Amino acid sequence: MAKSFAVADSASSISGAPSSAEYATDRIFRGVAWTCAALIIALTAYILWEIGREAAPAMGQHGLGFITGTTWNISRGEFGVLPEIWGTLYSSLLALILGGIFGIAIAIFLTQDFLDHRLATVFRTIVELLAAIPSVVFGLWGIFILIPLLKPAAEWLHGHLDWFPLFSTDLSGPGMGPAALVLAIMILPTVAAISVDAFRRIPYKVKEAAYGMGTTRWEAILKVMLPTASSGLLAALVLGFGRALGETMALAMLIGNANQISLSLFSPANTLASLLASNFPEAGEIEVQALMYAALVLLVITFLVNVAGLAVQQYTIRKFEGKK
Amino acid sequence: MSDVDLTLNEEARPVPKLGRQVFEVRALKSGFLTALTWIAALLASLPLFSVIYMLLVQGGTRLFGADFVEVLTGLPPAGFEMGGGIGPAIVGTLVMVAIASVLSIPLGILAAIYLGVLEPQTRVATTSRFLAKVLTGFPSILAGVFVYAVLVIRFGYSAWAGGVALAVLMLPTVVLAAEEAMAQVPQRMKDAAYGMGCTRTQVIWKVVLPTGLPGILTGVMLAVAGAAGESAPLLFTALFSNYFISELTEPTASLSILIYNFSGMPFPNQIELAWTASLVLVLIVLVFNILARLIGQPKV
Repeated sequence: MAKSFAVADSASSISGAPSSAEYATDRIFRGVAWTCAALIIALTAYILWEIGREAAPAMGQHGLGFITGTTWNISRGEFGVLPEIWGTLYSSLLALILGGIFGIAIAIFLTQDFLDHRLATVFRTIVELLAAIPSVVFGLWGIFILIPLLKPAAEWLHGHLDWFPLFSTDLSGPGMGPAALVLAIMILPTVAAISVDAFRRIPYKVKEAAYGMGTTRWEAILKVMLPTASSGLLAALVLGFGRALGETMALAMLIGNANQISLSLFSPANTLASLLASNFPEAGEIEVQALMYAALVLLVITFLVNVAGLAVQQYTIRKFEGKK
Repeated sequence: MSDVDLTLNEEARPVPKLGRQVFEVRALKSGFLTALTWIAALLASLPLFSVIYMLLVQGGTRLFGADFVEVLTGLPPAGFEMGGGIGPAIVGTLVMVAIASVLSIPLGILAAIYLGVLEPQTRVATTSRFLAKVLTGFPSILAGVFVYAVLVIRFGYSAWAGGVALAVLMLPTVVLAAEEAMAQVPQRMKDAAYGMGCTRTQVIWKVVLPTGLPGILTGVMLAVAGAAGESAPLLFTALFSNYFISELTEPTASLSILIYNFSGMPFPNQIELAWTASLVLVLIVLVFNILARLIGQPKV
């Protein structure tokens, strides 16, 4: 009798009110879906709590001295990550300068009608494939191809311009320069993809208006498109920076893992992520606690940068969708 | 734009000269910048070609050589030993990616159903969408640290731990891609189903999921490809092993960790195997990437 109000005029009709069993299934399924969505929140909270809990003993013992300390000596129990924080920020900044310039250039190249459709697809695929190459493969490539390639140039620069802080040491093998270069290659696809999105959001009539004023293609790009896309490009740069901060394997293989603070491009350095990668597998209990603290520092830095990047991106999306 | 001839009107009405000469400074500047962009784009694609070329040259000799069976199925060599292979690492990578997929894909798609179809605007939905976006930028090594704290301290290094760490990384990618794919399903199709008296669950199973499937699969494939190439989260969760995996509760080899370990060794044989393993790893990643592209291609 439950279905008495279902369509009466056609016995073969498939439409009708849901049965109570269907209602029950619907309830359960929606509950399951809600649980899964809530699980993402729970997972994030659990990650924060678990890393924080493991780091707590080290936090109590070393306090803020951990962040300003410069030695990592297991036998004396001295742990400080200032060189790693410096290395993380410095390598990411260098990578961002290079990767940012090339990433935005490629975004312009792909979106501002330089290429016909087919060629644009080819270049887009190249950038996407670059993103697909595993970090560890870039590390291997860096060790055996990039470093030998950079060595003569580094020697020349050090020999002739050693008064300049960036070239103040010799490149003995792994170092900041090759690491930052590989990092730049790795964040390029991220920057390019988000920048392409930023340019795509600009209504076509904006560019038409610029052309209508008699601008050249580059006057339109530099004076109209770039300023209009600026917040989207900023989001691309910030999110690319966030990517660079957390990149691990290629850096662990290329940066030389030396606990020192130096401006030189050719001296070995260290980053938080590669400190974790190289020390964690053989660490004892005390060191694991210190490494957990280092992981927490990395987590906080990347979290802040990513949230800032996402906020800028949200702002951009709202800006353009509001003006439609 | 410069070929538009505006001088025709000059006699009728005085119009400022809008035409542009080829060697005018503005035109030259534009041409110069265009050339610069071309150079930047070509320079940026150089590393990819260099990597692929080196993989084929350095890794190809072993993989496409006479002893390719040994390379693909043999155990990693020790010290000065010659020959050997990367068999355990290939199997280990596939096993851990499978564990990660089984854990993260159903969870991710269900979460995406809630975010994309059921209640896109509730506080739970907006929060978890935002956190999923934050998690995609999450350093992969922290997934390893997290799983180390949760599983490894209690149960030791295992394939399970490695798989869970990879799942943590795959989850946000799957969620966001699946949500995006389901958002593309036209509202009219859903309305038609509601009009027939479908429950929301029936609409999702019979309309939204089948229609959004290509997009969802593309996202899933890309997530799988990403997980296969990850190494940082496996470093101290799955560790490494020189033997084939026999149980999921013991340390497990993976291609990426093998590359990392062998790249630092002073033996040419190991370094050659690192290149071979890189080639195999890139091929696995590429297969999933190409699958993603084929599935996601709009069918006209």
